[in-house]
Amino acid sequence: MVTIELDGRKLRVPEGTTILEAAQSANIPIPHLCYLKDINEIAACRMCMVEVEGTERLQPACNTWVTEGMVIRSNTPKVRQARRTNLRLILSQHNSNCTVCIRSGNCELQKLSHDLNIHYQPYPIQLERSPIRLDTPVVREASKCIKCMRCVQVCDKIQEMHVWDQIGTGSRATVSVSHSRYLKDTDCTFCGQCVTHCPTGALTVRDDTGRVLEALADPEITTVVQVAPAVRVAWAESWGLGAKYATAGRIVSALKHMGFDYVFDTNFTADLTIMEEGSEFVQRFTHRGKYRWPMFTSCCPGWVSFLKSQYPSYADCLSTAKSPQQMFGAVAKSYFAEKMGIDPHKMFVVSIMPCSAKKAESERPEMNDACGDPDVDVVLTTREMDRLFRSDCLVPQELEETPFDSPLGSSTGAAVIFGASGGVMDAALRSAYYLVTGENPDPDAFAEVRQGQPWREAKFDIPGAGTVRVAVVSGLANTRRLMEAIDSGDADYDFVEVMACPGGCAGGGGQPIREGREMAAYRGNLLWKIDAKAPVRFSHENPEILSLYREYFRTPLSERSHHLLHTEHKV
Amino acid sequence: MSRLQVKTPSQADAAVEQLYRNMEQRIAASPPGLCPVDLALNFLNLCRAQTCGKCVPCRIGLTQLANMLQEVLEGEPDPHILHHIEVTAEVIVNTADCAIGIDAANMVLVGLKGFREDYEEHILHHRCLGYLRHPVPCVALCPAGVDIPGYIALVKEGRSADAVRLIRKDNPFPTACAYICEHPCEARCRRNMVDDALNIRALKRYAVDRAGEVPQPDCASATGKKVAVIGGGPGGLSAAYYLALMGHKVTVYEKRQRLGGMMRYGIPSYRLPREKLDQDIQSILSLGIEVHTGVSVGQDVSFEELKREYDSLYLSIGAQTDKKTGIPGEDSAGVISAVELLRHIGDDEMPDFTGLEVAVIGGGNVAMDVTRSAIRLGARKVSCVYRRRLEDMTAQMEEVEGAMAEGAEILALHAPTRIESGENGEVKALWVQPQVIGEVDQGSGRPKPYAADVGERRIPADVIIVAVGQGIESAGLEQSGIHIQRGGRLMANPTTQLSEMEGVFAGGDCVTGPATVIRAIAAGKVAAANIDEYLGFHHEITAQVKVPAPRFNDLRPTGRVSNAERDADERKRDFLCIECGLTEEEARQESGRCLRCDHFGYGNFKGGREEKW
Repeated sequence: MVTIELDGRKLRVPEGTTILEAAQSANIPIPHLCYLKDINEIAACRMCMVEVEGTERLQPACNTWVTEGMVIRSNTPKVRQARRTNLRLILSQHNSNCTVCIRSGNCELQKLSHDLNIHYQPYPIQLERSPIRLDTPVVREASKCIKCMRCVQVCDKIQEMHVWDQIGTGSRATVSVSHSRYLKDTDCTFCGQCVTHCPTGALTVRDDTGRVLEALADPEITTVVQVAPAVRVAWAESWGLGAKYATAGRIVSALKHMGFDYVFDTNFTADLTIMEEGSEFVQRFTHRGKYRWPMFTSCCPGWVSFLKSQYPSYADCLSTAKSPQQMFGAVAKSYFAEKMGIDPHKMFVVSIMPCSAKKAESERPEMNDACGDPDVDVVLTTREMDRLFRSDCLVPQELEETPFDSPLGSSTGAAVIFGASGGVMDAALRSAYYLVTGENPDPDAFAEVRQGQPWREAKFDIPGAGTVRVAVVSGLANTRRLMEAIDSGDADYDFVEVMACPGGCAGGGGQPIREGREMAAYRGNLLWKIDAKAPVRFSHENPEILSLYREYFRTPLSERSHHLLHTEHKV
Repeated sequence: MSRLQVKTPSQADAAVEQLYRNMEQRIAASPPGLCPVDLALNFLNLCRAQTCGKCVPCRIGLTQLANMLQEVLEGEPDPHILHHIEVTAEVIVNTADCAIGIDAANMVLVGLKGFREDYEEHILHHRCLGYLRHPVPCVALCPAGVDIPGYIALVKEGRSADAVRLIRKDNPFPTACAYICEHPCEARCRRNMVDDALNIRALKRYAVDRAGEVPQPDCASATGKKVAVIGGGPGGLSAAYYLALMGHKVTVYEKRQRLGGMMRYGIPSYRLPREKLDQDIQSILSLGIEVHTGVSVGQDVSFEELKREYDSLYLSIGAQTDKKTGIPGEDSAGVISAVELLRHIGDDEMPDFTGLEVAVIGGGNVAMDVTRSAIRLGARKVSCVYRRRLEDMTAQMEEVEGAMAEGAEILALHAPTRIESGENGEVKALWVQPQVIGEVDQGSGRPKPYAADVGERRIPADVIIVAVGQGIESAGLEQSGIHIQRGGRLMANPTTQLSEMEGVFAGGDCVTGPATVIRAIAAGKVAAANIDEYLGFHHEITAQVKVPAPRFNDLRPTGRVSNAERDADERKRDFLCIECGLTEEEARQESGRCLRCDHFGYGNFKGGREEKW
């Protein structure tokens, strides 16, 4: 431990602590823009400069380590001047059209300018050339980039995809796609982690709300919307609402208010996914020699895209089951359309997803099995849904609880946990156990996969089938380590669940952005709580799933299932 | 009224003079990888400030050139803009009245040729090819990529043994390099912007002198693979070292009686004391490397045999043969090559030059080595003859100055024409033709000498030493199917793999031609990594040394500490080390000058430290 003095207060902090961490531990705020703990401690924005006794120049708090007896001041005239001038310099190259910026109200730069009382600008505004390309779900607007390098570091260190980089030299140095490429030409998985870590509106997920509003305005069109599991525990954060108000039932009311004809639950097709993927696993596991191992989950499009570009030879290890989103689209435009007598060509299926990669998934040319049109027409992120609600002046607290519509609206606890890392594995094992033994396991029998390291492993005995060795991993850098271990033979599993975003969909690239906080674990816990309280916790006991099989698919892995619910995963 | 005034610089003049010096230093410390178009624009802007303003092409032309370059970088340039730039620059070259305009426009033309791709990328795609590949200048410029800020920080904390461990991660010859490395790392040291480059080599020497014997790390578990290294010089032994660390069984074949290559048979012991060299070699061999000295591959053992017996081969045979001047009388008795002389000295066979007059032909470091060795062997007079100017010598200036201090005569601008011999064929004199320095050669950029309009001079000599370069003895290898280029160089790609022979690698002088110890070491390191991959492994080399956290620095300009040398009069009588190490006081101050570019600036963002390879 070392003793330091910060703004006149004596503090004892562990050795190796930075000035910024020491200040945070004492609730002394020091402004910062580029800092991301452990990921980006590069002192680029120079907003955290402080005075350290014994040195003439100011020192950055974020990557200066405290030493015994250090005397630090964060509130001197010199510090104040430095913050103001450096912030004005940043603003001189920032397109401050806050009124029409997606991040207005949730922007670190805007907040800091306001907090530091910056209301005029002595420097001429010089904006970087900023062509905006909408051909990918992730969109960059160069004139809003403050070169904090967070996106570069997140993509390098958390996801290891190295899509972003500093480009150019000298004062024209900026951030762009690495190796002078365009984003569409890279292996970007569109996970959106760069977007959720961007402090300004420079990186955003393409806004597709306009297409949804058009469909809602067209009386000829039947609008069908599905809401993904992780959306329900995060959507109300932008209103500052807790779990009490942030319910799925209020989302249903709001979407009905918007004018959607049918509001369904992706949880329904999550249960369906378990039926198909669980059966597929049992089929593979009981015919081991016929398949290459392990079997990988296929519900995360960021992961599927990662596997196809980074380890293409493993593509046949992916479960052929489509993701719940795509199963939903396929079922809506076939079974549901037939049942209701709706022309599927006049049906518009919208997904509300915690994810930006889902936009790319829905646009894949092979995802049109129901009627030839795309099975899912538009994917909106949780943030886009929130913006739609705001634009309709909805007040979430005032909304009623409304149940999802039937028949694609009922679900089990096993479905809602798809939104948390480990959830798909847990749910699949519950049903796989039943499929093999004919008996339900304890729904918490597989709790080992729920928490722990980002890459965790477990073994479970399924009587009659043997020991199943499973692994769960989230975050693509961790995933790469796992793939390398599998490839080199250092790791050997039967079934592996992968989520591209750290913590799974709860921390997805389409979720509300919370500066300085990683929300995946908190939101994930809410999902596990919903599961724990659910009256039914096994996908194979969802009554509407059972009637779907009775009426339409007959059995999991039937011919019709293969046509509508499975895909080849072509590289 | 006074008619004349004494010129006294104003305060502004003095300040500008200081800024000129600052800019010179700043350019010296320019990081590699900057956008050349951006630099061209900024150089041009300096030229614009220099124009006197009288003539149209320079006053207006340079401004319009700068406008066009700015447009290339930031605007929406017309696709023909390069043509406009070229035409404008050519007209300025052809019509400006003085060098200010001509040279400025010429620089733009040089750039249009030299980095046209960069221009085009900006014009067509608004993108820049410039990219900071490695932000730490010293590490970027060290061929072996030694973690220089890391070991300097360790020296600063008095952790000499850890400094040696950290250096060995990338260079198994910390001691040899501490004495004789040409220290390319210092060239762009960022400290130049504050005062002067750090004396990096002196700090390394401080570390190795104080570290004592530092045990080697354990080797990885045995792989069962066998690698033969042909040539036990710095490159071969470096490859052997890392391959042994990776767990491969390594055997080194060396033609001479002892290991060390040119470090023993090329560099005199007054620069690199033998016991220091042996320290490094013994430490490397402690990993369990098998050595066969006095074995010539091609004569004592065939190349094919080795290829059969080993899983991979590394050729690091160096460049050890001498080159001839081709002047009449070169075959006279008493004419020897520098390579030959230094080889004898390396084997402790000291010729006796007592009372003799010696003439040395050449202007490189080897010429200085034999000049200074000849003095130590007792020569009465040593003259070093070189056809260009002193400043054109490729030898390091401190070597030339050292030789002069020890009493050598440096005869610059004298071209050897013939060797006069006596009745029994023994050398009598070297005849030289005085030269005048002339026009700059377009290719080499160096001014070419030509014969002066005066007669030849006779330099009496009992011994003549020829030091005009070295060649590669690759004749035997050609028959083995290895592709040999002109000049005897082996054809290996940048990964050191021979393209036409799988599993055979080559590097160092035998691939590049005569170069430096550190470049040979770097090639050995590259070869070890790629041989490891070739053998189907991916061993990682790490140092396991934690580098101290950087402390902020107020950048007070402080002079560079330089090494002291023994008195010329004393040192010229023996082969003991000339250079003295830094004192603790000096080392503390010098290491404190390091700007820690591994952390400050770009270093804490990307590439500040590579902890393994």
